[in-house]
Amino acid sequence: MSQKLLLDYGSGGKASQRLISGMFLKYLGNDRLNRLDDAAFLELSGPISMSTDTFTVDPLFFPGGDIGSLAVHGTVNDVAMLGARPRFITCGLILEEGLDMDVLERIIASVGRAARNAGVEVVTGDTKVVPRGAADKIFINTTGVGEIFVTPGPSGHSAKPGDAILISGTMGDHGLTILSKREGLSFDAPVESDSAALNHLIVRLLQEIPEIHVLRDPTRGGLATTLSEIALQSNVECFIREKDIPVREAVAGGCSFLGLDPLYLANEGKFICILPEKFADKALEIMRSDVLATNAQQIGEVRKDHPGKVVLETPIGGHRLLDMLEGAQLPRIC
Amino acid sequence: MNSLEQKLKDPKLCRSIVGRINEELDGELRFMEVCGTHTVSIFQSGVRSLLPDGIIHLSGPGCPVCVTHEREVAAFLDLAERKDVIVATFGDLMRVPGPNKRNLKAAQAEGARIKVVYSPFDAVNLAKEHPGDKVVFLGVGFETTAPTIAATIKIAQEAGVNNFLVLSFHKLVPPVMKVLVEDPELAVNAFMLPGHVCMVSGLEPYRFLADKHGIPAVVTGFEPVDILRSILTFIRMRNKGEAAVTNGYVRAVADGGNPKAQAIMNEVFEPCDALFRGMGSIPAAGLGIREAYGDFDAIRALGLTLPDVPPLAGCKCGDVLRGKIRPDECPLFKKVCTPANPVGPCMVSTEGSCAAYYKYQI
Repeated sequence: MSQKLLLDYGSGGKASQRLISGMFLKYLGNDRLNRLDDAAFLELSGPISMSTDTFTVDPLFFPGGDIGSLAVHGTVNDVAMLGARPRFITCGLILEEGLDMDVLERIIASVGRAARNAGVEVVTGDTKVVPRGAADKIFINTTGVGEIFVTPGPSGHSAKPGDAILISGTMGDHGLTILSKREGLSFDAPVESDSAALNHLIVRLLQEIPEIHVLRDPTRGGLATTLSEIALQSNVECFIREKDIPVREAVAGGCSFLGLDPLYLANEGKFICILPEKFADKALEIMRSDVLATNAQQIGEVRKDHPGKVVLETPIGGHRLLDMLEGAQLPRIC
Repeated sequence: MNSLEQKLKDPKLCRSIVGRINEELDGELRFMEVCGTHTVSIFQSGVRSLLPDGIIHLSGPGCPVCVTHEREVAAFLDLAERKDVIVATFGDLMRVPGPNKRNLKAAQAEGARIKVVYSPFDAVNLAKEHPGDKVVFLGVGFETTAPTIAATIKIAQEAGVNNFLVLSFHKLVPPVMKVLVEDPELAVNAFMLPGHVCMVSGLEPYRFLADKHGIPAVVTGFEPVDILRSILTFIRMRNKGEAAVTNGYVRAVADGGNPKAQAIMNEVFEPCDALFRGMGSIPAAGLGIREAYGDFDAIRALGLTLPDVPPLAGCKCGDVLRGKIRPDECPLFKKVCTPANPVGPCMVSTEGSCAAYYKYQI
């Protein structure tokens, strides 16, 4: 039977030290973290992008990822969306007493792997162990910082009428995967999370295209909610065509079965790119050359007719609003 | 997507039918779709925005969440407060407002044990996992879901799961349609009949619409082509001075319905009077659990009664459900009543007509 996590491991004493040196440094170690000072000594210059996020996903392991890699990808992507190279992240853990030590080890190893792949260093962290029942197995907080290398950097406030709206791939994969795994639902074709670090692709895109107005990753609330936020922030209409929005057949089928809309489901490895129309083809070419964005598409354009709103053209040529979600999507009765 | 599905969403075919509708429409046509899934489909697919101004689209009492009476919601909330009960429910009941705007989501946040399930069978498993508690499944829905819940009760009986109960507030569509068409203020020329419900019941229970009241009605599927074809059928019947109940959803609906589903539904349930939100009590419009399955009836087993609840002040959901007003004609619409702060059920349900107007209308 696997060894269980005891409250002692959060005491700050010898048990904590064993956890830090035996597990955390083994998977996350680097020159900065290994010093184990009260804070990390960092060298950063110029404008900085910073973001924090807390990950409480259930289940901890899912097709395409786990809470550890997700905690790195989520924060790295957020930092990158401002036109920054993510450099450093922190890792705060809230652990439930009784957690299997080998589950913890798998997750920490995954954090280390994801950080290495994204090219960021975990430079400081914190561990709290709370009594059984006070938390659900493991919660992870990550904060990331990166150096902004384009000015003005992309922002949700910068969409302009005439811009093209691009997305880097299929919508809803992560959200439906988590839901189906959590509820024990299976579909004809398997679904898999798209969790991935997008920073390398973002850096390439920003280096090769001089003017990108908006970069956003459509995480919780999905494409519909994120575009609604951009429409409000920039006071423009985001006009998109449903037929051009890529959705995997398995995701579309699963959503249809459950009465959910893939445009509101979370994505963890996709981004929205809004830029002047003249750069759209070049951006798509760069995106499609990367394994993380082979299904990139232009899905619409920025207009000024309905400021603050997202208008969807349906496949049959009708138009309707695509509003922000009110609360969580819930499966329907029939 | 298979070729049939593609055909039923085909933009060219849709445009061609819209063209016929425009050519053949002679005067105003006010049609009502009775099913919440149709409501959403008409908006989501963009069909609504393609229809000419002369076609007025109204949503009737076919969203099971919308028609759930506030006294029934109060009963859910009373149930959720009981320490020995775990409530199992489909997700869309969680936000339905009851007395004092309380809902199951708020009750859950306050500690009530409520589990959202994807199938009534999940509720039976929940009962097996919690033998010391009573697991009560909230039985809300029309003929579409009633047979499955009847089958669940039989399965629980066979498996000896004695702590599984159903609170049956099921409703039947034909009786409420009788009330609608007998209303002297009826302002509907045609009915789009609920495809899912008719898969179980067939067409027979709806013949009275044409035979007695001269109103055309079409059983309709949920794709854009299904919906547009039904509208064209209404127009053509009217232009010829005919009225019939026809089946526009033959790929799923047999004229006689599904005898097996009917049989199991009738074995476990019996007709009873039912409360409809905004419409009051309608004779024989509900399904109660028969005495033979009384051990699974939450009302009998827990001695439940429906609490008295004052009607919602200013809420016009009843008029919306009867097709008397459009959602945007309600004085509360978008002002006091929004999806974030729903006053009435038509705004809270994802299939409600007020929510659809709010969400989809540009």
